[in-house]
Amino acid sequence: MNIIGAIGAGALALTTAGAAFAEVESTDPIRLTLHDWSGQLLTTTIMGKVLEEAGYNVEYVQADYIAQFAGLKTGDLHVAMEIWETTGREAMDEAFATGNVVSFGPTGMDAIEEWWFPAYMKEICPGLPDWQALNDCAQEFATAETAPFGRYLGGPVTWGGFDEERIESLGMDFEVVHAGTDAALFAELESAYQRQAPIVLWLYSPHWAPAKYEGEFVDFPDFEPACYEDPSWGINPDMAYDCGKPTGNIWKVGWSGVAEKWPGAAAAIEAFTLDNAAMGDMVGKVDLDGQEVDAVAQEWLDAHKDVWSAWIAD
Amino acid sequence: MSQAETEFAAPAGQGSGLAALLRKPWLFWATLFLSTALISHYAFDLYKALDARWIIRFPSAWQPDFEGRISAFMTWLLEDARILGLQFREITRGLAAMIEAPYDLVLDLFVRGLVFGQGQQAVQILPPLSWVAVVYAVVALGHYTKSWALAALMGGCFGYLAVFGQWESAMVTLSSVLIAVPLAAGGGLLLGILAYRLRWVDLMLRPVLDLMQTVPVFAYLVPILFMFGFGPVSALVATIIYATPPMIRVTIVALRGVPEELAELGRMVGCTPRQQMWKVMVPSAKPTIMVGVNQVIMLTLNMVIIASMIGAGGLGYDVLTALRRLDIGGGIEAGIAIVVLAIALDRLSQEYATRTVEQTARQAQGGWLRRHRWALSAAAVALATFLAGMVLPWIQNYPAAAEISTGAFWTRAMEYINVTYFDTLDAIKTVILQWFMLPVRAFFTGIPWVWGLFAATLIGLRAGGWRLAALVFCLVGLIVLAGLWTPAMMTVYLCGVSVVIASVIGIPLGIWAAGSAGSNRVIGAFVDTLQTLPSFVYLIPVVMLFRVGDFSAMIAIVAYALAPAVRYAAHGIRSIDPQVIEAGIVSGCTPAQLMRRIKLPMIVPELLLGLNQTIMLALSMLVITALVGTRDLGQDVYIALTKADTGQGIVVGLAVAFIAITADRILAASARQMRRKLGIEQ
Repeated sequence: MNIIGAIGAGALALTTAGAAFAEVESTDPIRLTLHDWSGQLLTTTIMGKVLEEAGYNVEYVQADYIAQFAGLKTGDLHVAMEIWETTGREAMDEAFATGNVVSFGPTGMDAIEEWWFPAYMKEICPGLPDWQALNDCAQEFATAETAPFGRYLGGPVTWGGFDEERIESLGMDFEVVHAGTDAALFAELESAYQRQAPIVLWLYSPHWAPAKYEGEFVDFPDFEPACYEDPSWGINPDMAYDCGKPTGNIWKVGWSGVAEKWPGAAAAIEAFTLDNAAMGDMVGKVDLDGQEVDAVAQEWLDAHKDVWSAWIAD
Repeated sequence: MSQAETEFAAPAGQGSGLAALLRKPWLFWATLFLSTALISHYAFDLYKALDARWIIRFPSAWQPDFEGRISAFMTWLLEDARILGLQFREITRGLAAMIEAPYDLVLDLFVRGLVFGQGQQAVQILPPLSWVAVVYAVVALGHYTKSWALAALMGGCFGYLAVFGQWESAMVTLSSVLIAVPLAAGGGLLLGILAYRLRWVDLMLRPVLDLMQTVPVFAYLVPILFMFGFGPVSALVATIIYATPPMIRVTIVALRGVPEELAELGRMVGCTPRQQMWKVMVPSAKPTIMVGVNQVIMLTLNMVIIASMIGAGGLGYDVLTALRRLDIGGGIEAGIAIVVLAIALDRLSQEYATRTVEQTARQAQGGWLRRHRWALSAAAVALATFLAGMVLPWIQNYPAAAEISTGAFWTRAMEYINVTYFDTLDAIKTVILQWFMLPVRAFFTGIPWVWGLFAATLIGLRAGGWRLAALVFCLVGLIVLAGLWTPAMMTVYLCGVSVVIASVIGIPLGIWAAGSAGSNRVIGAFVDTLQTLPSFVYLIPVVMLFRVGDFSAMIAIVAYALAPAVRYAAHGIRSIDPQVIEAGIVSGCTPAQLMRRIKLPMIVPELLLGLNQTIMLALSMLVITALVGTRDLGQDVYIALTKADTGQGIVVGLAVAFIAITADRILAASARQMRRKLGIEQ
């Protein structure tokens, strides 16, 4: 192992040298977090590339979606590009309260989360995507564990979503089974889809799944804040949650020190927006056509120079 | 409370009658089981009849706020605590920097190359070691350590990583192994020596080691993240905490095992305590100590998936992302790459442990050049490939065009199995669920906490006397106090069911493996692979076939916890005194009688130890199965992690540890009792 020592000693001598990029406020790297779904990788890569165009140093760090807040609070991590209103609200509020984490505004993308079924279920249950039609053929979804009720595969318990309450208040013949992670969620969908077997489960968008599998979200009564807060609202006069799930923004958040240290970068991050269609298209390219995240992000950058140059124009 | 009081008073009050009961094993277990089953079944009705909800639920008013206090303590530790004027966090961050510096260096060497500048504007001055150079270096290392055969194995394993396109990730993983293993092994060695020399250190370390090995890693990830910052360093620290305990234990055992004559010799020739330790004791204990190093390497590789959740890249991250995309083939490929890396490092460290004096002496002969021919030639190859790599890129980086991918094959195979066999598998699953798992679940989850506490204490009393009973009472009592009785019983159920199934499969396999060298090799390789393959790799296919639920979790636990059941059974059969078997044959036993009347009873203590290990592994797997969707303590730990709730994570993690320690102590005591009865041990 002598070689390791020799080259290693050389490497040690060169840890702090920085390249000279004059216009930016600081050449310290801005750390963007990467999670494990492609949409987030794309958003983050596009943001990173734009910041590089502006002359900033960018570093990507792999981090868990919720656990990253620990790093954002201390300034170990700087920017998280996708915190979903629907799944990250609690963690965001807690982090904002400390004063060390701030919001960089919405990404422009809408998070949709709802019960979803594959298209072939329409033959078995005519009338879908209406929720009453779904309820009428609940037995089709029953399994040994849940019979006589239909089996609805919900997200991890931590996602919340009030599905038990929704079933209760709409009087549906379903039972919720919680998956532990979304990997487990999609494993079941893939399995059922291969066999064309009945399944109804929690899906969300923008995500590759609604693009890969043919199907629709169930049509519940539209969400209104009153539906969750006021029992008298809606079909069931005695209970809340007798409606679908809310849609919400996907937020950009980051360490509060970013705006002081890299004001230009902070402005660019705040200016960043994308829409669901553009994102869905790119996610499809990555997850369905097997293209590299980096290549797809670069392609978007090349095609939309006018859009992103405005973000860094000061 | 009257019922509870009489129950608590029972062991003390009915001393003589109880003693008689405790002595007759079948009577004891049958009485305990029947009464528990009855109480479990009628607990709910009892609660309704008496309107006493405290029977099934421990009143939350009686629960001390463990979680809140721990969280508050952590906040204080991280924000206000000062040691010698330094903020606590500055100290941990300093430690982090000390670990990060060598890690960055190794990473530069294997992955990044020598880079000038920061972030994306960095300019690469020197490339990392070429794949040819690394493969050559491990081949040379294999030859130096043992033989050409080992060299070929090393070359094959690392060649595999290159050909199957796992090179860069594997080098990231290897870098973290190269940092974590010396730190864990070195630290473990020092602590082990300290515990060997100072009795109070030994006494203090023991419970700490028990906790380090039984508290699920997820439970302490959050505080580590706070202390050491986000990124590979936290992952390394978590890995080191997880991998060090066996090293400490092995060191203590190894030093105690040094023959007294040798130690005496050292003292007679006038060694100072320091010389005595480093020149006499440690070198003579080295073969055993190397077993500990081997354990550390294996545990480090076990951690790669969890480490990648908090910022370590490499193969673990590949497995995680591939499975998130449902790219089963990609997940399996990266998972197998971890196994291959584990095989290479495992063999190398094992062979290194058994190097003979003659070999070392032979290699020390000849001139300087000859003695250092391995290192020198490796350096020469590194230099040559670096120069050649500037002209011929395939020497520097393995060409992507020549990579082989089996990903599509695995994905197709999975689809075929799913479409063809799902209904059959589903039927099997339904039968096992209906007739085995669900009744057991009803049994355990129905037990009211008062009775559970009493029964556990009684079992402790029978297995190991008053001291064990007191320990069990305290540990189980703390779980009850923390308000975790119901999820703890879910844990006991899932773990218990899995352990039973793992034993039913594993013990016959072990007995079979002990039968011949051939079957031993096949079965050994099978269980080794199951254990090193990250469980996440098979978790997702299992969910595809068996859906989200307890059954999928059970399969994953069984797959992981099978190994000790097999190994201990095989070891037990092999270590039976041949004379006993001879006696059986002489007295005319058929092979079946030999097995049933002689071998099986003889190996029971060994099986109990195997059972103990199986339970430990099953418990450590529970947290992973939370990713599928269970409702036990594992899920609570996982939820605490995703919410970054330090207090909850630690409290629930400790509850898991308490269950593990309770099971461990009771089984160890029973094994001891049984060995005494069989006359194997005094």
